[in-house]
Amino acid sequence: MKSNGNNSDIKIKARGLNLWYGDNQALHDIYMDIHKNKITALIGPSGCGKSTFLRCINRMNDLFDSVRIEGKIEVEGKNVYDNDIDVVAVRKRIGMVFQQPNPFPKSIYDNVTYAPLKHKLIKKGNESDELVETSLTAAGLWDEVKDKLHSPGTALSGGQQQRLCIARAIAVKPDAILMDEPTSALDPISTEKIEALMLELKKDYTIVTVTHNMQQAHRTADYTAYFHLGQLIEYNETNTLFNHPKEELTDSYISGRFG
Amino acid sequence: MSNNPFNDPSLAGRHRSAYLFKWFTRGSILITLAFLFFFLFDMVRTAYPAMWQAQVKVDVSYNKKSARLSQKAIDKKYRKIVSRAWLRTIPKQLEEKPELMDTTVNQWVLADDQVDQYLKGHHHKLKPKQIKVVEELKSKGLLELKWNNIFFSKGDSKIPENAGLLSAMIGSILTLLVTMFIAFPLGVATAVYLEEFAKDNWLTRFIEVNINNLAAIPSILFGLLGLAVFINLFGMPRSSPLVGGLTLALMTLPIIIVSSRAALRSVPDSIRQAGYGLGLTRVQIVQDHVIPVAFPGILTGSIIGLAQAMGETAPLIIIGMIAFIPDSPGSIFEAATVMPAQIFTWAGMPERAYIEKTAAGIVVILTILLSLNAFAIYLRKKYEIKW
Repeated sequence: MKSNGNNSDIKIKARGLNLWYGDNQALHDIYMDIHKNKITALIGPSGCGKSTFLRCINRMNDLFDSVRIEGKIEVEGKNVYDNDIDVVAVRKRIGMVFQQPNPFPKSIYDNVTYAPLKHKLIKKGNESDELVETSLTAAGLWDEVKDKLHSPGTALSGGQQQRLCIARAIAVKPDAILMDEPTSALDPISTEKIEALMLELKKDYTIVTVTHNMQQAHRTADYTAYFHLGQLIEYNETNTLFNHPKEELTDSYISGRFG
Repeated sequence: MSNNPFNDPSLAGRHRSAYLFKWFTRGSILITLAFLFFFLFDMVRTAYPAMWQAQVKVDVSYNKKSARLSQKAIDKKYRKIVSRAWLRTIPKQLEEKPELMDTTVNQWVLADDQVDQYLKGHHHKLKPKQIKVVEELKSKGLLELKWNNIFFSKGDSKIPENAGLLSAMIGSILTLLVTMFIAFPLGVATAVYLEEFAKDNWLTRFIEVNINNLAAIPSILFGLLGLAVFINLFGMPRSSPLVGGLTLALMTLPIIIVSSRAALRSVPDSIRQAGYGLGLTRVQIVQDHVIPVAFPGILTGSIIGLAQAMGETAPLIIIGMIAFIPDSPGSIFEAATVMPAQIFTWAGMPERAYIEKTAAGIVVILTILLSLNAFAIYLRKKYEIKW
């Protein structure tokens, strides 16, 4: 199910991806091309496999012992499930933002610098200070926290924590950012800020987001994929998918007949 | 009343049973508190006299005769009043201070335990003639109860007025140091492995079940294990804090492991997910993000485990730490005893004067236990990470 677009714009390709939790197949033969510097939204009812698919991209599903995966996820032409791939390097290149804001129980400053220091992207001192400022500015949080960088990240409000998590993710300089329902735990004002931030960030990053909120997908995403019971039912440009869905199931879901 | 739409007569019975249940639970708390206060009050009351010791001011003549037979140093009339333990030190005093020879010094010396018990109003075995002498000395102000520093500065003795807790305290400290240095790192490392690294399979489940079983084993069996392994197999010195500490470490390990695992498990998984999402390795996540959050809990569990080890007697009896130890051990390889074992020994002594020493020993050990627990609470508050 390919969509229009130049092949060199494709950042992530799923090829025949199947996933089992024990004996239970959660993803069926997924083929999908994700475009560079675009926002791709994954929508569908609960348990449809959209989060599972998202977590396949940076191999977060490897953390569960019972998961078995077949098929390929190619990022810039390289299958991340190849044997010569170090999973730590994959997750470093493909950042992730979670449903619940989950800053480390450390200061705002340390939240941003911890991973870059461990990856030896920066040194302590000036380089760290600079990175903290640029990352927090990019996440739209700098003005709110610049006077309290050494207070705990967990003391911020939910929306601020989520933007801190985004700042933390982009501080590692990833190629792509995966967002697993990033606004579902936030109030409408914080959600609006995160959405604006996503539109800003897509200039530099490829963003894949899972959402339950169809308006959000409509507002922010360039491409939208509809999942149902572990299958990719329809994948197209957002406007086309919402206004002229080709599949009956997609139409039922987006018009609110189930879900 | 009749027009009250909320009128429901069946509620009265429900409220009554709720009220009764509340008072039943309150009553059990009150009974527990009553037991606790009675126990503490009785202990302190019995222990208090042990802080004081009768001393008598007499002429002590240092000469050749008394150097050979130290009883001769005291006038025959007062001989029974003075402690035998003190008289025995006369040759040593002369050795340290030769200029004392052929002098008579009027000084405060330790009194006999029977005199001490008489002064405290306890049961005593003084004869009427001795009581007369004692009363005479007392009225002249030459016989007094003074602060008992022997209790904290000397080791055990078969002469009650000369018995102290020092050697047992030092034995306890050395033993607990060994326990801590073995059990804390091993226990925490085991917990971290099982909780953060081990896969969930039959082997880890088997280990888990066995650790939980170990925590429930009667402590005396650990003593037998210590005897068989450390003393008989490895040939470590019997009665030593080394063997005692290792045995208690075996006993404390499951407690530390179980409490550390609980502390690690209570760290929200979202922190680990955040770390993986940033491409951190498992070790980095555990070391820098999970353990710091779990640390107060780990510390509390470990201190409580150590406090329990400090009060343990049974396994130490098996490995010979119940021995009579008048001198403080200088290293972990020398024979030693520990506080609860010392209390056990004193409790079995026939002399009445040991009753108050037993109680005083219990008060000391309770004080240390309570301080350790308070310290655990302090550490938990201090290192707690606010969310």
